[in-house]
Amino acid sequence: MRRRRYIICYISLLLLSALLFLAGISSGSSGKGLSDIADILSGSATDMTKNIILGIRLPRTLAAMLLGGALSVSGFLLQTYFGNPIAGPYVLGISSGAKLMTAVLMIFAMGHGLYPNSLGMTAAAFTGSLLCMGLILAVSGRVKNTAQLIIAGVMTGYICNAVTDIAVTFADDANIVNLHNWSMGSFSGIAQRDLPMIITAAIVGTAAAFMLSKPMSAFRLGEGYAASVGVNVRRLRVALILLSSLLSALVTAFAGPVSFVGVAVPHLIKAVFRTSEPIVLIPAVFIGGGVFCMGCDLAARMMFSPLEMSVSTVTAIVGAPVVIAVMLKRGAK
Amino acid sequence: MSAYIRTDDLCAGYRGKTIISDAQIKINSGEVVTLIGCNGAGKTTLLRTLAAQLSPLSGTVFLDGKSTALYTADERSKKMAVLLTARTTPDRMTCMDAVSIGRYPYTGKLGILTDNDKAIVKGAMERTGIASLADTYIDRISDGQRQLVCFAAAIAQQPKIMFLDEPTSYLDLGNKLRMMQLLRELASEGTAVVMTLHELYLAQRFSDRCICTSEGKISCIGTPEEIFTAERINTMFGVDVGTFIPEYGTAEMICTGEPQVFVVGGGGSGIHIYRDLYRRGIPFAAGVLHENDIEYPTAAALACMVVTEKAFEPVSPESIARAKEIIAKCREVICCTKHFGSMNALNRELINMPSETAD
Repeated sequence: MRRRRYIICYISLLLLSALLFLAGISSGSSGKGLSDIADILSGSATDMTKNIILGIRLPRTLAAMLLGGALSVSGFLLQTYFGNPIAGPYVLGISSGAKLMTAVLMIFAMGHGLYPNSLGMTAAAFTGSLLCMGLILAVSGRVKNTAQLIIAGVMTGYICNAVTDIAVTFADDANIVNLHNWSMGSFSGIAQRDLPMIITAAIVGTAAAFMLSKPMSAFRLGEGYAASVGVNVRRLRVALILLSSLLSALVTAFAGPVSFVGVAVPHLIKAVFRTSEPIVLIPAVFIGGGVFCMGCDLAARMMFSPLEMSVSTVTAIVGAPVVIAVMLKRGAK
Repeated sequence: MSAYIRTDDLCAGYRGKTIISDAQIKINSGEVVTLIGCNGAGKTTLLRTLAAQLSPLSGTVFLDGKSTALYTADERSKKMAVLLTARTTPDRMTCMDAVSIGRYPYTGKLGILTDNDKAIVKGAMERTGIASLADTYIDRISDGQRQLVCFAAAIAQQPKIMFLDEPTSYLDLGNKLRMMQLLRELASEGTAVVMTLHELYLAQRFSDRCICTSEGKISCIGTPEEIFTAERINTMFGVDVGTFIPEYGTAEMICTGEPQVFVVGGGGSGIHIYRDLYRRGIPFAAGVLHENDIEYPTAAALACMVVTEKAFEPVSPESIARAKEIIAKCREVICCTKHFGSMNALNRELINMPSETAD
């Protein structure tokens, strides 16, 4: 019974994912569509068409798919770690930490006439994520309830954003233009050269998270219980922190802070699959995050085309109500 | 028989605060051992230290001949299961999922259950009577049912030794007894069972041995017959308004005063009257009761005075005379029994006696 539900859900998710991917590369303000993709496949496309579809839309859509997945898995790991369904990289301020360090790197590098490469950006974001994570962990040791943890996270986010603003104030005009789009959260700036890093890190990170399914499964029943069935709790905790920070840092480095995906997607996937087994959920959360972000990105660029919204605007409109719903559900018990 | 778990000068506690010191314990396979003691006496601390959930402050716990500190979590989990009441209740986790976690030590890298594992999980759920909850989410069941789910998970873990911290606390009487019976079965299959209990009647009925903790140490270890005496239990648990009755495994209140009512009971017929008079605050006397009467312990505790007769002897005229002396000062006599046989024939005289103080 359950297995059939899983299979149906997975097939639907994959179909949705494929559909949104096609929609992502075939729609845009330039008017290029599905027939142009067919031309590319048959080799008869013009350079301009190739450039638009392969050079701009493909990286953007692929990034939305993979980074959305990475962000959702990161949220799932954080929820496991804190035993808190509202935890996520954005809510806990981890994305903002990553944003701060990336902005600082960008301003510094561009001030010297350099453009930081993918690895550098990811490393800076990862550092920022870990710093904020450290802060949250220090706080979480002292607070015992869910709400306080979230408030601490939101406040951490504000602090990081304020410091980012200060850094931006002192940056050159050219840098600000560059930073602005990214700092609102957007998949638009992603180029082909970023793809190797994104693909590798998202897939390796998610695969590593998948390998933690077993201890995570036991961890749901509490730390003491997990230890009694043989989980090395300390090692699991460290792995969860590193992986969730890495995955959310990857997203922030390339797409800026994307809001609420980390909370909303795992919750929606759990509701559809009706289970909380990590081994079932992690791949589904990854695919689901891709679907969610490709959908939101499509909406961000098509809804008021040619005007483009930041993807965070759309994910917030869809995701924040989910967060409230989760909170109400928990509160009702 | 060599001990499955053994301690050597064990000091247990938290962060340098010693709670139990110099513990020397040996527990064999197939034995049910219960830790008893008053609130804060360190039962749970000791249990958690034996179960390697807490590191000893000093000394060693040997599990199957090897110090628990030398085991990896994985090795240890194949030998011991710990029943902790799950405080966290994850959403969308079925009871079957939760019991399956008990197979953790035996599954592969990804934790996928084999058919054998599934059969063991199903069997454990059937034994604990929660098979019907298999597909119910664990956050939608009662605390007692959740306790049984955790118990099933511990059974599915197939440990050589099982630790349980107040396992019966959320359970109704039927489930308490079923759990105890199941623990006895596990013991007869060779599992050592170590638990803490507040329900002394369960400890007394189902333990092979009891370990008493009081005042920062183990005050005594012995069989239920040795441990459950009124004096020891009253002292250990600070029972001062009542008294522990070993025959019942529980306590009755103690009353004093000048008797206003005399109760003629016997064979258990007076127990509810004694308790009723206690609740109404009316001091009373009882008699003539044989010392082996089922209601004698209750009468001895609740009545201000009891006129007794030696076990298996007919009620003697001397006893009747003593009873009559007391009745003379009472305002009423209550007769609870309808049966006057050869042993209590003379008791009939007490109820036919005109109440002299009724003037």
